[in-house]
Amino acid sequence: MLNKEPTENLKGISRFRFIFSRDKKAPIAISVILIFLLSALFAPWLAPYDPNEMTLDMMSAPSKLHLLGTDDLGRDLLSRIIWGTQISLFVGVSTVFISLVLGVILGVVAGYYGGWADMIIMRYIDLQWAFPNFIIAVYLVAVFGTGLLNVIVAISLAFLDDFARVARSMVLTLKEQQFVEAARTNGSSNFRIMFKHILPNAAAPLIVQATVCVSYAILGEASLSFLGLGVSANTPTWGLILADGRSFISQAWWLGVYPGLAIMLIVLSINFLGDSLRDTLDVKENLL
Amino acid sequence: MLDYIFRRIIGAFLVMLAVATLVFFMLRLVPGDPIAAMLADAGSEEARDAMIRRLGFDKPVPIQFLKWFGGMLQGDLGNSIYGSNQPVTRILAESLPRTLSLAFISFIIALLIAVPAGIISAAKKNTTADNAFSFFAFLGLSMPDFWLAILLIIVFAANLQWLPAIGYSPISEGLWPWFSHLILPSIAVGTGFSAIIARMIRSSMLEVLKADYMRFAASKGLSDSTLLLRHALPNALIPVITVIGIAFALLISGAVVVENVFAIKGLGRVLIQGILNRDYPVVQGAVLVVSAIFVFTNLLVDILYGLIDPRIRYS
Repeated sequence: MLNKEPTENLKGISRFRFIFSRDKKAPIAISVILIFLLSALFAPWLAPYDPNEMTLDMMSAPSKLHLLGTDDLGRDLLSRIIWGTQISLFVGVSTVFISLVLGVILGVVAGYYGGWADMIIMRYIDLQWAFPNFIIAVYLVAVFGTGLLNVIVAISLAFLDDFARVARSMVLTLKEQQFVEAARTNGSSNFRIMFKHILPNAAAPLIVQATVCVSYAILGEASLSFLGLGVSANTPTWGLILADGRSFISQAWWLGVYPGLAIMLIVLSINFLGDSLRDTLDVKENLL
Repeated sequence: MLDYIFRRIIGAFLVMLAVATLVFFMLRLVPGDPIAAMLADAGSEEARDAMIRRLGFDKPVPIQFLKWFGGMLQGDLGNSIYGSNQPVTRILAESLPRTLSLAFISFIIALLIAVPAGIISAAKKNTTADNAFSFFAFLGLSMPDFWLAILLIIVFAANLQWLPAIGYSPISEGLWPWFSHLILPSIAVGTGFSAIIARMIRSSMLEVLKADYMRFAASKGLSDSTLLLRHALPNALIPVITVIGIAFALLISGAVVVENVFAIKGLGRVLIQGILNRDYPVVQGAVLVVSAIFVFTNLLVDILYGLIDPRIRYS
């Protein structure tokens, strides 16, 4: 084949390096994500003011003193956004971690054992399929109440079916392959076959799915906070800052612009990263 | 074909029964005392007893379930426990046309953007136009819909004053007032949706353009536009239709959030207000209707898909 992609000959790190060097958006995306990550980690030192400190300097436009301006209670917008990064990233990563682990266990068990286990798990997943993800999260928060832990649980459960579906479909294709047969003949236990032999081969689509889900989780948390169903009214989160500033946007546009810009930048970078990973790991888009 | 449609309808019906059951039992999971939560600590002993009787909480759970389920099948979802205690069905019936109007206009706007963008991207693969569309698609996917709503209000309502910033006007009061109130919210809701559809059309078109029959059609000397629009597009749209069903979740979720920005009293606003007021009968009803819309859309997509692609009916 003459038109063979040059990447097909490359394996492992060199393949990553090749595609990431060609794909200009990946390094930019990673840098932006790193900046947000660092500002989340070092928020206490980076934020110029206490994010909750009210001053008489209310709704002042962006200036040298307050780079992004202040809100209706005189709180520094930049400091609030920097602190808000913590919640956003924490919720984004922890929810995806939880739903990845639980979803993969469900999907692998369903796909590997088939039969009753598959039927019960798939019926549950089909049922969850009947609700849009965000509505599941909203309903769970309605039932269990707001707060950091409940928001994390709600968003993780909302994504569970996506991971289970991907893991199951990967296991169904992989379990018929010879290396699984070989492992079985060798006397490997089911547990070992599932998690030591099959799962590593199913990692690529799961990694891509996880990356995309982090961006959806961040958007989900921001939406919940915006609707007043988020972490708490006293913790600055990007969604809450936008909700608080919404009434004043005709006098103070910065309150409506910057917090959303932060959300968009991080989500955009994660989506770009996910896209590059999809190319690098050679994952078909329609699988997701 | 009838057999296929029948099976799909039965399937959707069973899913809805399961959804209704789940929605009922979830409420019984409210940690602590749901009655106290609903009364928001303000109720006396009598108020508490009255509330328990009104909601039927004094009966065993299976009886409560049968009563609720029977009522639901007859279109009775109980009464709101907040404000004027209206029947939940009436509240939902009033809000449903608003959400459907919003979803409909969003859908149209999204397609008007996505179809040409997808076709041009595929026809001019890896050109500046393609890259620009791809970038805007990513931007559309990454922008929180409520933030886009706020930006639109800042620009078009507060500064330019071209369109109303909030509210809803029923279609019975004139087409333009109805439409003008929906333009900004629909753009906010439809942008993410259109990004998904445009990307899907692009990749689907690229697949089709590689097919042998396309090379054959080209060798007949057909013009580029005939090739793209008459031969490639109809075939490329088939897989896109399934994605529309899935992406519709995004449209509904978007409507739920954006209605709250524009103070449109649709299902989303009713749902969120219900949660904030701990008005559980309303919350149950709203979640039920939202997922019914979603299940119905996917049923429609399945049937449409079966009509277009006969192979599906037998799988």
